[in-house]
Amino acid sequence: MALSAWFERSDPQPGAPGLRTLNVSHSEWRQAIGDLAAADVRLVAMWASRDGAVPVPAASAVHEASPAQPVATVHAMFLARPGGLTLNLRHEDPHAPYPGLETLFPCAARMQRALADLSGLHSTATDTRPWLRHAAWASSYRPLMDSPETAAAASGAAASDAAAAPATAAPAIEAYEFVRVEGEGVHEIAVGPVHAGSIEPGHFRCTVVGEKVLKLEERFGYAHKGIELRFTQLPILEGHRLAARVSGDSAVAFSWAYCQALEGSAGMAIPSRAAWLRALGLELERIANHLGDIGALGNDAGFAFGQSQFSRLKEYVLRATQEALGARYLMDFVVPGGTRVDITDSGIRILDEVAGMLEQEIPTLRTIYDEHEGVRDRFTGTGTVTAELAQRLGLTGLAGRASGQAYDLRADLPCAPYTALAPVKCTRTAGDVGARVAVRFDELQESCRLLRRILEMLPAGPHIGDVSAPADGAVGVGLIEGWRGPVLVALHAGPEGTIRRCHPHDPSWQNWPVIEHAIIGNIIADLPIINKSFNLAYSGHDL
Amino acid sequence: MLKTLRQIARVGIITEPPPPADQQLRVREGIQDNIRRVLGRALCIRHVDAGSCNGCELEIHALNNPLYNLEGLGIRFVASPRHADLLLVTGPVSKHMEAALRRTYEATPDPKLVVALGDCGCTGGIFGESYASRGRVSNVIPVDVAIPGCPPSPTRILEGILAAIAR
Repeated sequence: MALSAWFERSDPQPGAPGLRTLNVSHSEWRQAIGDLAAADVRLVAMWASRDGAVPVPAASAVHEASPAQPVATVHAMFLARPGGLTLNLRHEDPHAPYPGLETLFPCAARMQRALADLSGLHSTATDTRPWLRHAAWASSYRPLMDSPETAAAASGAAASDAAAAPATAAPAIEAYEFVRVEGEGVHEIAVGPVHAGSIEPGHFRCTVVGEKVLKLEERFGYAHKGIELRFTQLPILEGHRLAARVSGDSAVAFSWAYCQALEGSAGMAIPSRAAWLRALGLELERIANHLGDIGALGNDAGFAFGQSQFSRLKEYVLRATQEALGARYLMDFVVPGGTRVDITDSGIRILDEVAGMLEQEIPTLRTIYDEHEGVRDRFTGTGTVTAELAQRLGLTGLAGRASGQAYDLRADLPCAPYTALAPVKCTRTAGDVGARVAVRFDELQESCRLLRRILEMLPAGPHIGDVSAPADGAVGVGLIEGWRGPVLVALHAGPEGTIRRCHPHDPSWQNWPVIEHAIIGNIIADLPIINKSFNLAYSGHDL
Repeated sequence: MLKTLRQIARVGIITEPPPPADQQLRVREGIQDNIRRVLGRALCIRHVDAGSCNGCELEIHALNNPLYNLEGLGIRFVASPRHADLLLVTGPVSKHMEAALRRTYEATPDPKLVVALGDCGCTGGIFGESYASRGRVSNVIPVDVAIPGCPPSPTRILEGILAAIAR
C-alpha cells in the first residue's frame, strides 16, 4: 500500500500542525511499517499507554505478577513528507511480544528496550537486555503499567531481587553484558558514569588497539529518575513545569511541545502574541546552546580562546534574557495558554541590542576558527557520519543537517509564528565535527535574524489566554524543533484534569547510537570532541 | 594569530568582583574553622551530576566564563575526587547514581565539604522520591551547604561555595 493510502485512512491528531493518527491491527502494523520504511519515512518516537480507566489497585497485586493485566497500546510516531503519522497498535496480550521495528528503523532498538523496562511490553527484537533499568527496581515491576500501590511497594523495598538488602542501601550495580571484542593488543577503556568534566552521567565502553577505536558501546539510564511516572501524579495544567525539566538545556522546546499537546487536545487557541513570544524563547535557547557548544568545541581542540570568547557571548545572551523575560534559563516561561510573562519595550530593545552585538562579534570569531590550523585539523574529517549512514540510522536534528539530512520542523511543518518567518534550513554534507560546527554557526546567524524579525513583528494583544483541561481520554501530540532536533511530547489526558500518560521524547534517542558509528577508526583522544559536537542529552534520554 | 590577539586586546579583562559569601546557605556545622581556612586558600571542586536535568550544569559551566572567572579566585574544578576538597552535587539522586555518588564521596580525601546544588539537590525538587529517585542529596551523603534555585545563578552558586569555605 502506498504511503498516501495510510495517510488517507488516518484521522487528524490534535497538537502540532500536520499530524495524523491511525489505529491498526497487528497485521496492519506490520504492513504499515514496511510501507513507511520503503517511503523514506523517519521514526520519531515510540511509547506505550494503558487503555481504559486507571485500574483499581487489587490489594493482592503487590509483589505478584499483576492478575488483571490492563490492555496496552503501543504507539509509534513517524515523520513523512506529507506530515506526521502516529500508528496505535492495540496489544491485547501483554505477555506476547509485539512486532518490533528495529530491522527497518534501527533507532527503534533502544526505544523498544526502554518500553520493555518501563511498560513491561516486549518486542520481537533479539536484544532483550534492559536499557533504562539497572538495579533500582525488579524486572517484574512495570512503573508505567502497574497500580500506584505496587509503585509504593516497589519504591519502598526497591528490587525484590535484592530483597535481603536494606531499603537504605544503594542498589547493587547490575552486571550488563557489553559486546566484547577480542584479539591481540585489544583492550577496553571504561569511562563514566562520573565524568572528568561537568557533564551528565553515562557510561562509555571503548575497545581500542593502540589509540585507534575499534568499538564504542554506550550504557545509559544513570539519570533515570522516573519522569514519566511523575507526570501521572501532576495536574495536567501543571505538567509543563516537569516537561521543562526533562532536559534543562531544552526547557522551552519541551514545555512548548507539552503545551502544544495540551492546547491541541483541549481545543484551546492561544493568543497570537503568545506564539511569537514562545518562538522568541525557543530561538534564545538555540542561540545560548550553540554559543556554549562552539566555545566548548574550541576548547576540546586545545583552543581555550574559543571557550572564553563564546562563553562571554553566551553570558551576555543569558543576562539579556533575564532582563527581558525574567530568567536566564526559561524553565517556567511557556505555560498553558501562552507565556508566564510578557515582554516590555525595554525588553525588546535589550534583546535587539544583543542580537546586533552577536551579528557583529560572531563573524570575527568564525574567521578566527576557520583560519586556525590546529582547530581545523581537529575538526576536519573527525567523527564522520556520511549522509547515507545518517539516512539509514535516522540521524536527526542539528547533527542530521550536518550529514545532509535536510529536515527542520520550523520549515517542514511550521506552527505559528514560523509560518510567517520563513526560517532557512542550514545544512552541510561532510558529516564531520567541522560540519556540525558549521551548521551551528549558520544557525546562530539565522536565529539572530529570526530574533530580530520576531521583535519587529511581535503582534499586540494578551500574552496568555483562557485555559481549560482536556476531556478524559483526549490525546495530543506536540512537536517542536528544539536546538538539538525534534522534541515530541505525547499527552493522554485522564479524568478531572489529571494526566493518564505523558511521554517526552528527545532527539538524542535517535542520535546516541550514531555516535557509536561516528567514532569507529578515530583515535580515542577524539571521543570528547566527537561527543561534544553532537552534545546529546543524558537526562532527556534517561527520563 | 593577529586577529586572535586583536580580539583579546579589544575585549580586555572583563572579570567582575565576586559576591560576598552567604552564610545562610550553610546547613551543617562541624568542620573546624581552621580546616576551612586551609581549604579556603585554594579549593578543588569535583562536580557530580547525580541525576540532574542538566540545568544546574549549564550554570556551573558559566562559573568558568571570563565574567565570573572562578579560577581567578583560586577555585578550580578537578577531574578526580581524589584531588578534590569539595563535592558539588546536582540533581535529585537517581537510584542508578546512588552507588556512584557514594563511591565518589568515599574516594574524596578528608576533610571534605559537600555542596548540594539546585532545588533538586536541596529538596528533591519536582522529581521528589520515587521508585527511581532518592530525592535530596542529604538522603545519601552528608551535606554542608545547600544552594536552592532552578537553576541557581552563577552568583548564587559562588555565594554558596564561598560560604562553604568561610571566605
